[in-house]
Amino acid sequence: MGQIQLNQVTKSFGDVQVIPPLDLTIEDGEFTVFVGPSGCGKSTLLRLIAGLEDITSGHIAIDGTDATDVPPAKRGLAMVFQSYALYPHMSVRKNIAFPMRMAGIDQAEQDRRIEAAAKALNLTDYLDRRPGQLSGGQRQRVAIGRAIVREPAAFLFDEPLSNLDAALRVGMRLEISEMHERLKTTMIYVTHDQVEAMTMADKIVVLRAGIVEQVGSPLELYQRPGNTFVAGFIGSPKMNLINGPEAAKYNAATIGIRPEHIDISETEGMWQGTVGVSEHLGSDTFFHIQSGLSPEPLTVRASGERKLKYGTEVYLTPQADHLHRFDQNGLRIE
Amino acid sequence: MATQHSRSAARLMMAPAVVLLLGWMLIPLSMTLFFSFKKYLPLRGDSMANGLEWVGFANYARFVGSSAFWPSVQATLVIVGGVLVITVVLGVLLALLLNQPMWGQGVVRILVIAPFFVMPTVSALVWKNMFMDPTNGLLAYLWKFFGAEPIAWLSQASLPSLIMIVSWQWLPFATLILLTAIQSLDGEQLEAAEMDGAPSIKRFWFIVLPHLSRAITIVILIQTIFLLAIFAEIFVTTGGAFGTKTLSYLIFQRVLESQNVGLGSAGGVYAIILANIVAIFLMRIVGKNLDA
Repeated sequence: MGQIQLNQVTKSFGDVQVIPPLDLTIEDGEFTVFVGPSGCGKSTLLRLIAGLEDITSGHIAIDGTDATDVPPAKRGLAMVFQSYALYPHMSVRKNIAFPMRMAGIDQAEQDRRIEAAAKALNLTDYLDRRPGQLSGGQRQRVAIGRAIVREPAAFLFDEPLSNLDAALRVGMRLEISEMHERLKTTMIYVTHDQVEAMTMADKIVVLRAGIVEQVGSPLELYQRPGNTFVAGFIGSPKMNLINGPEAAKYNAATIGIRPEHIDISETEGMWQGTVGVSEHLGSDTFFHIQSGLSPEPLTVRASGERKLKYGTEVYLTPQADHLHRFDQNGLRIE
Repeated sequence: MATQHSRSAARLMMAPAVVLLLGWMLIPLSMTLFFSFKKYLPLRGDSMANGLEWVGFANYARFVGSSAFWPSVQATLVIVGGVLVITVVLGVLLALLLNQPMWGQGVVRILVIAPFFVMPTVSALVWKNMFMDPTNGLLAYLWKFFGAEPIAWLSQASLPSLIMIVSWQWLPFATLILLTAIQSLDGEQLEAAEMDGAPSIKRFWFIVLPHLSRAITIVILIQTIFLLAIFAEIFVTTGGAFGTKTLSYLIFQRVLESQNVGLGSAGGVYAIILANIVAIFLMRIVGKNLDA
């Protein structure tokens, strides 16, 4: 079990309020990702849930019981830190055993759980090594192992992949998703990388300056972003946002169109522009097109075979049914 | 950096320093060894110019045979051991305390470090006259205030008094090194241990103390080197009386009070041997903390 409920939770450091009153429910077994730019309060929010920071006001309930004043160890949550926070003077085995040792679990049960975790995480051969002798990915797995053996109500991940190189990150992303499918335990995952959020989450919580901008499944957020911030943040490359007279034609203050929803032609179309840099990814090609519509170039996705020289005059046509409209406050117009 | 040319240039440039250091070490050492095999009593007319009489191992035998020898070794080890225990234990506790955020942190830290800047002679005299004097000392007042009979510290409890004085001097050093070590501890490790269910005592025992082990090793090694040779504190307080005669003090007495250079030199060689035994012992126990 691991349902977590935040009720009017706030957090202030001195006079600075980093989390304004916030309500959020994370259902049992859900993989929830907190995503947002640096300094948006997502790590603070996680630490509030973990109990590593005291909340200024409001309530946190875990499985329906109030946990606001429960110390971190008693909340039944396990956390994986950004720096892994392994104990450098202990072997991998002792690192993984540490929470069980603190809980006074008997030795046979400890060994059984360590073996199981090591097997699941491919750590069996490394149990007697020190963290200093492991690679980044292995350390990451030890940190996860240490969290698993506690059999917690929920896992908390604080940017766990940000210290890994790109290839390992993709691999660990899959392993963590795989683990979630197997364990079916609630997981809360903090990241600033919207690709991680999109690929792993059941539910994404987009945060900005401590405020929840939108909550929803990855596809909901991608297809129906609630405001211009979410529209610009979710999706890579970013959605093209256009203000001014062109948006006014659609009765909106801002319109947004994703790169894959613009048709590009050398002969005819709605908007005129000049091809800038093109990025060939093999499967797709992204063209950055200078037009008078927005200060930044528009990004357009085309098939991998498409080639356009720098400086070519082109015409763009947005697909009308994939156009997003936003009002003066940046909120979505249906 | 690793070309043949740069390596030989590096050697050439280091040579003066190496030669100087070697000379610095080797000349006094070989002179000590030389004198230790000679009868050299300057007041009885022995001098380098007249040639010194070779006496073999007589000085060594006499130095060990003296009734003051074994007590002096014991006093040395008791003082070194006592000061090490007190400074390391209190040093860890003080470092933990000073690491807490508090008002006036900078000033407090300077105050804690201050005793280290007081010269040993001065601090020992301050302790002797201001604190430990049985009639006028502050401790005597304190004892009288509670209706107790004041203790004549330096005669009745001479070794503990000396250990107290020397610990007071060296505590700042230990605290300083341990404080910097504590500051380098990754906060996330402590938070992880807290999430793992370790209460603060266990966090200290399983996380903080192992993290400090290397710093503690350094404190012990450096302090031992200096503590084996403490002299001023004894000279100005007890003058070697009441069982506070350490090995270095005994050597001083043999050379300068008895004017027996040969005997004192033999004692010096024993001191070197003792220092090395202690060093090997310490390296065995704590030296493994310095690898990895």
